[in-house]
Amino acid sequence: MSRQPLDAAQIHALVVERFPAVTLERSENAQPWLKAPADGFLDLARFLKDDPRLAYDSLMCLSGVDLATFNLPPAKPVPPPKPGAAPVPPKPAEPIKPVEPSLACVYLLHSLVHRHRLMVKVLVDRNAGVVPSVESVWGVAGYFEREIFDLLGVGFAGHHDLRRIMTPEDWTGHPLRKDYVYPTRYNGVELRRAGQRFEDGPYAGNAP
Amino acid sequence: MTVEAYTVDGDLMTLNMGPHHPSTHGVLRLVLEVDGEVVVSCRPDLGYLHRSIEKIGEFLEYPQFVPYTDRVDYVCAMNSNHAYCLAVEQLLGSVAGSEVKIPERAEWLRILFAELNRISSHLVAVGAFAMDMGAFTPFLHGIGLRELVNDIFEKTCGARLTYNYITIGGVAADLHAGAEAEILAFCDTCEREMVRFNRLITANSIFKGRLAGVAAVSAADAVSYGLVGPNLRASGVDFDLRRDEPYGFYSRVQFEVPVGGAFAGARGRVGDSYDRFVLRCIEILESVRIVRQCLEQMPKSAAKADDPVGGWQVDANKQLRKPPRGEVYCRVENPRGETGYHVVSDGSRKPYRIKIRTGSFTAMSIFEKLVPGLMISDVVAVIGSFDIVVPEIDR
Amino acid sequence: MAECGSKAGNRDGEQLALTCVDDFLNWGKENSLFYLLFATACCGIELMQTGGPRFDTDRLGMIPRPTPRQADLMILAGTITHKMASRAHLLWKQMAEPRWVVSMGSCANAGGPFSKYSYSVLNGMDKFLPVDVYIPGCPPRPEALIDGCMALRERVRRFRALGIRDRDPVVIASASPAPVCGDQGFKPQRPEGQG
Ligand code: SF4
Repeated sequence: MSRQPLDAAQIHALVVERFPAVTLERSENAQPWLKAPADGFLDLARFLKDDPRLAYDSLMCLSGVDLATFNLPPAKPVPPPKPGAAPVPPKPAEPIKPVEPSLACVYLLHSLVHRHRLMVKVLVDRNAGVVPSVESVWGVAGYFEREIFDLLGVGFAGHHDLRRIMTPEDWTGHPLRKDYVYPTRYNGVELRRAGQRFEDGPYAGNAP
Repeated sequence: MTVEAYTVDGDLMTLNMGPHHPSTHGVLRLVLEVDGEVVVSCRPDLGYLHRSIEKIGEFLEYPQFVPYTDRVDYVCAMNSNHAYCLAVEQLLGSVAGSEVKIPERAEWLRILFAELNRISSHLVAVGAFAMDMGAFTPFLHGIGLRELVNDIFEKTCGARLTYNYITIGGVAADLHAGAEAEILAFCDTCEREMVRFNRLITANSIFKGRLAGVAAVSAADAVSYGLVGPNLRASGVDFDLRRDEPYGFYSRVQFEVPVGGAFAGARGRVGDSYDRFVLRCIEILESVRIVRQCLEQMPKSAAKADDPVGGWQVDANKQLRKPPRGEVYCRVENPRGETGYHVVSDGSRKPYRIKIRTGSFTAMSIFEKLVPGLMISDVVAVIGSFDIVVPEIDR
Repeated sequence: MAECGSKAGNRDGEQLALTCVDDFLNWGKENSLFYLLFATACCGIELMQTGGPRFDTDRLGMIPRPTPRQADLMILAGTITHKMASRAHLLWKQMAEPRWVVSMGSCANAGGPFSKYSYSVLNGMDKFLPVDVYIPGCPPRPEALIDGCMALRERVRRFRALGIRDRDPVVIASASPAPVCGDQGFKPQRPEGQG
C-alpha cells in the first residue's frame, strides 16, 4: 500500500482491468474524470471502495449537472429599450433540444487512506434516466441521491426512500433543470408581489 | 444512552419535532416514532429553508454570487466566502499562464478572518448546545464573546453577519486602523473567557454525565456517512483539510488538530456527544493560536502600493475575467467541516452550475441510523452536538 | 377589512368607559412582550444576539418563549419559504390574542435577496400574516430591531381591548397592493348604518 497518490491514468488503468467500459476523459480545463455507464455502476462503486489500491472510502460530493445547454452558444443579451419606444414584451424562450444523455451525476471521491481524489461521471437520459443507488457503499449517498432526484429528476434504482427532499411533496418539475419553468402560484399564493416587475430573469413578464 | 434489551411492542406514537422547535436551530423537522421515551425510527424532513441558492447562482455573474455564499452559512460567512472564492480562483487559474495572484497580505487577512469567524461560530455552537442541554448561562457567554468578534468584523468590512468580504482575487478592504491591537486584545479575552467557560460547563460533572456515551459514532460510520470537520475528528479520524490539503497560507502556521478520545471519563466513548463538544472548545483555542501567528507573520500594509489587498479579478480592459470552460471541485475546512464548491463553467460570465456541499447536509444522513434507540431527550443532544445549521442543509 | 372591530365596543360610550382599563392593561402588555423564538435564517442570529448580553431585550420585558401559546409577539426573523409558510401561519394561529407580528429583515418583508430568482421563497410574509412592524435590513442591526420593538410598544399603547376581538386573520391577500391588516385592526370603525 503505497502512500504515493496515484494519478488519473494509473487509476483508470486499474479500473479498466475489471470494467472495460469505463473511459478516461478530461474536462476542458484538464480536470480528469472517469466516464462510467449506468449499468453495473454499483459494482464499480464497490470496487472503488473495496480495492485496497484505490480505497475510496468517502464520497465527498455527489452533484448533478444538467448539460442541456452546456454546448450551446450563450444567449445574446437583450438590448435595452430605446427611450420613448414602446416596451417590447419578452419573447417566450425557445424550447431547449438537449443532446442525450444530458444529465450528469458527478461522484467526487476521496480516499482517507491514500489521500487521492477521483471524479466519476455517470451520464443519463433526461427522461427516465436511472442510475443504481450507491447507498449501500457510501451511506451519505442516500441523501445526495434524494437531492438529485428532487432537483434534477434522475431516478436511483434500489434507493430505500426516494422522495423529494428540498421542495414540498406536491411541487412540480425539477428546478435545477435548465428548461425548468418557474411556477407562478403555489398553495394558493402568487409567487410575486403585486405590481412587481422584472425585466429579465425567470419571472420576466410574469408579474401579475 | 441506549436502552439495552428493550423490546418494542405495543403502539408506537409519531412525534413531530419541528419545523419550529427551539433545539433544531432553525427549521428542521424530524418525524420520530417513539415507544414511550425510546425513539424507534427517525425521518428527517428537510427543505423548510430551501432558498434555491444553487439555482440563483446560475443567473448571476461570478462576483455577484459572493453575497449568497454568506447566506449559505451565516454563522461563519467568512469561511463560506473563502470556499467559493478559492473555487473560482482555481477555475480561473486552471489554464496555464492565467493563475490568480493574490497579494500576500490579502492571503493572511483571509485566514485571519476565517479563523476569527471559526471562533465565533464555535462559540455559538458550544453555547447553543449547552442551552439545548438546559444550561442557559454558557450561551450568554458565547454570544457575549461573539459580539467582540463582530465588532472587529464590522469595523473592517462594515457588516456584522453577512460580510461579503473575501473577493475573487483578494479581500475587499484592509484592516482598519488599530485593528491589530483590538484583535490581540480579543485573543487575550477569548483565552481568559474560555477558561471560565470550561470551568462552568465543560468540566461540569452533570453535563459530562448527561452526555457521556450518548450517540457515539464509530470511525467507519463517520467516514461512510460523510461526517466532516469536528464531527469526523471526534470519532477518531485524524483529518483536517487545513493541515492535510493546505489552502491559502495554512501551511505557514502551526496548530494542533484535536481528535476525539472519550473525554467524558469512564462512561464516555470515542465519538460521543461530549467528544464533539470538547473538540469545538479545543478548536477555539487553536484558532486563537493561528490568529496570533497571522498577526505576527503578516506583512505590514503597504504604504503606497495601488491595491495592497487584491480585489476583483479584472483583465486589461477592466472587465471582469471570464473563467475558462471546465469544472473544479474545491473544498475547505469550515467550522462545520468540509465545505465544497463544485463549479462548472461554460466559459460565459455566469456559472453554469454551482453545487455546494456542506457539512450539515451530510450530517443529516446519519440521523436515520443513529437516532433509533436513543431517548427523546437525547435527540436534542444529537442535533446540538452535530452543530446543525439549517440553511447549510437546505441551501 | 370593513368588518374589523365592528362588533362590540366601538360605540363611543363604551370606548370611553374602558379607556382607563385599557391603559392599565396596555401598560402591562407593553412591558411584557414575550416573543416567540422563531428564527428561520440569518436574521435569527441577529435576533439571538439582540437577546444576548450586550443588547439585552430582557430590559424591555421581552423574553423569548419557545412555544407560541405563551408568546404575544412573533418576530419573523429570516426567510420564509413556501414550504414553511403554512407552518408559520399555524404558529401564528396558536398564539393567544392580542398578538403582534414584527417582520425582521428584507426576506420576511419582501423576499430580500431571493425575490428575483428564487423559486421557493415567499415574497413577503404579509401574504399570510398581518404584520405590525417592518424592519428593513439584511440583516437589521440589533439597534434596528430594538427600534422596531419600541415602535411596536407605541402601537400596543394604542390598543383597545374590545376593538380587536373579532378581528379575523387575513390570509392570502395576494392581490392587495400593500399590507392592510396591521393598521386598520386597531382603529375602531363605525359599522354601516350606525350614525
Ligand atoms: S434578510 Fe438577509 S440576513 Fe435576513 S434572513 Fe434574509 S438573507 Fe438572511
